[in-house]
Amino acid sequence: MTTQRKAVALISGGLDSMLAAKTIMDQGIHVEGINFFTGFCVEGHTHAIRKKDKAKPKRNNALWVAETLGIKLHIVDIVDEYKDVVLNPSHGYGANLNPCLDCKCFMVKKARQWVEENNFDFIITGEVIGQRPMSQRKDTMPVVARESGANDRLLRPLCAKNLPATLPELEGWVDRERLHDFSGRSRKPQMAMAKQLGLTDYAQPAGGCCFLTDQNYSHRLADLWTARKTRDYELDDIMLLKVGRHIRPRPNFKMIIGREEGENKFLEGYRKMFASMTTDSCPGPLVLLDGELSQEDLELAAAIAARFSQGREHEQVQIGYHINKVLKQRFNIKPLGIEEVPKEWHI
Amino acid sequence: MSHYELDARRLLCPMPVIRAQDKVKTLAPGDTLDVVCTDPGALNDIPAWCRINGHEVLDKKQIDDEIIVCIRVGNID
Repeated sequence: MTTQRKAVALISGGLDSMLAAKTIMDQGIHVEGINFFTGFCVEGHTHAIRKKDKAKPKRNNALWVAETLGIKLHIVDIVDEYKDVVLNPSHGYGANLNPCLDCKCFMVKKARQWVEENNFDFIITGEVIGQRPMSQRKDTMPVVARESGANDRLLRPLCAKNLPATLPELEGWVDRERLHDFSGRSRKPQMAMAKQLGLTDYAQPAGGCCFLTDQNYSHRLADLWTARKTRDYELDDIMLLKVGRHIRPRPNFKMIIGREEGENKFLEGYRKMFASMTTDSCPGPLVLLDGELSQEDLELAAAIAARFSQGREHEQVQIGYHINKVLKQRFNIKPLGIEEVPKEWHI
Repeated sequence: MSHYELDARRLLCPMPVIRAQDKVKTLAPGDTLDVVCTDPGALNDIPAWCRINGHEVLDKKQIDDEIIVCIRVGNID
C-alpha cells in the first residue's frame, strides 16, 4: 500500500497559488492551505472600514480559494514575528518598504515548520519564475528554498519544469511531466488554465496583496518611524496607517482625520489610546492626535479639523478636544483656508 | 457540552477568524461558541472558515454594529 503524501500550499487568495494547489491535488496528493496574516495584508481591511465600500460583497479570498478547492485552510497570525522581516530585511527593500525576498523566505520557513509539526511531506507555492522583480527571479528562487530550510521540499508547480527537480518529483510522489513551465510576467497561461478549470470568480491581481508595496503607505510608515525616532510598530499603528487623512503640520504631532462615517467609526475605537477632536457645531470628522501638543499646537489642530468639517466656510466652528474621551477644552475657531494646509503636511 | 463567547470586536478580518480558529482548537466537539465581531466581513468569513474546517454555524445575526456568529465545534481529526 502506498503512503498518502501530503503537501501544504501557501494560499494568498490570488490565482497563482490556487492553480499551484490544484495542480498538485490533481495528482492525488492531500493538500491543505496555509495563509499568513502579517498585518500588512490588503485583504479585507479597507473594505471593512470605509462605508462607501460596504455595499460591495466582502469575502476573504484565501478562504474562498480553499472552499473552492475543497481544502482546509490554516490562517496563521505572524504579526509579531513579521516585524523583524520588515525592520531588518537582510536582502533589503523593493521599490517601497516591501521586503519581498525576506518575506518569501520567512513564509516558506514558517510553512516548513508547520510541515514538520504536522507530518506533511512538502510545500507548494504559486511562484512563477520571472514574475516578480525581487522574490521570483531565477537567481532569488533558490535563495528562498535555501534560507527557508525547505530546500528540495519546496515545489513550485507552475514553473517546476524550468527549475531543477525537487524531492517530490525525484521520489515519484508527483509526475514532473504534469507540472508546468510558466515564466515571465504574462498572466495569460494562468488565465487560460483558470478558464480550462472553469474558475471565473478568482481575485484579480491589483498591485499585490501587501500594503508595503504601496508608495503612500510606505511613506506613512517611514514618517511614523521618523516622528517616533525609532523603527518599530504595533498592530494598531499599521492598521491606522491604512485609514483616514494623515496630516503632520509640525514635527511633534500628526492628525488622523476620518474621511467618512465608516472611518470615523473605526477611529472611534482608538479614542482611549489617542487624544481626539470632534466637530461639535456642524457635521465633521473625528480626528485622532498622535504626539505631544502645546496649546498653540492644539489651536492649529482645531483650525485644521474645522477645515475638514462641513463648516469649512463658516466664520467659526466649535471643536472639542478630548483625552480618554473626556472633554478637556472647547475651541471656537476659524477654519484654515485650503491654501493654509500645504501639500507637504499631507503624509 | 459547554458554551463560550469570544470578543472579537474592533478586529478586522481575518483577525476574527484567526481568534475563532485559535479558540476552537481549545474546545471539544459539540461545544458552542459565540463570536462577537464588529467587522461585517466576519458575516461571510467565519461561516466560510467553518464550512472548510467541518464546524457548523448555528446562527448569525447583526444587532446594530455588532455581528454574532454562533458556531458548533465539529469533530476535528
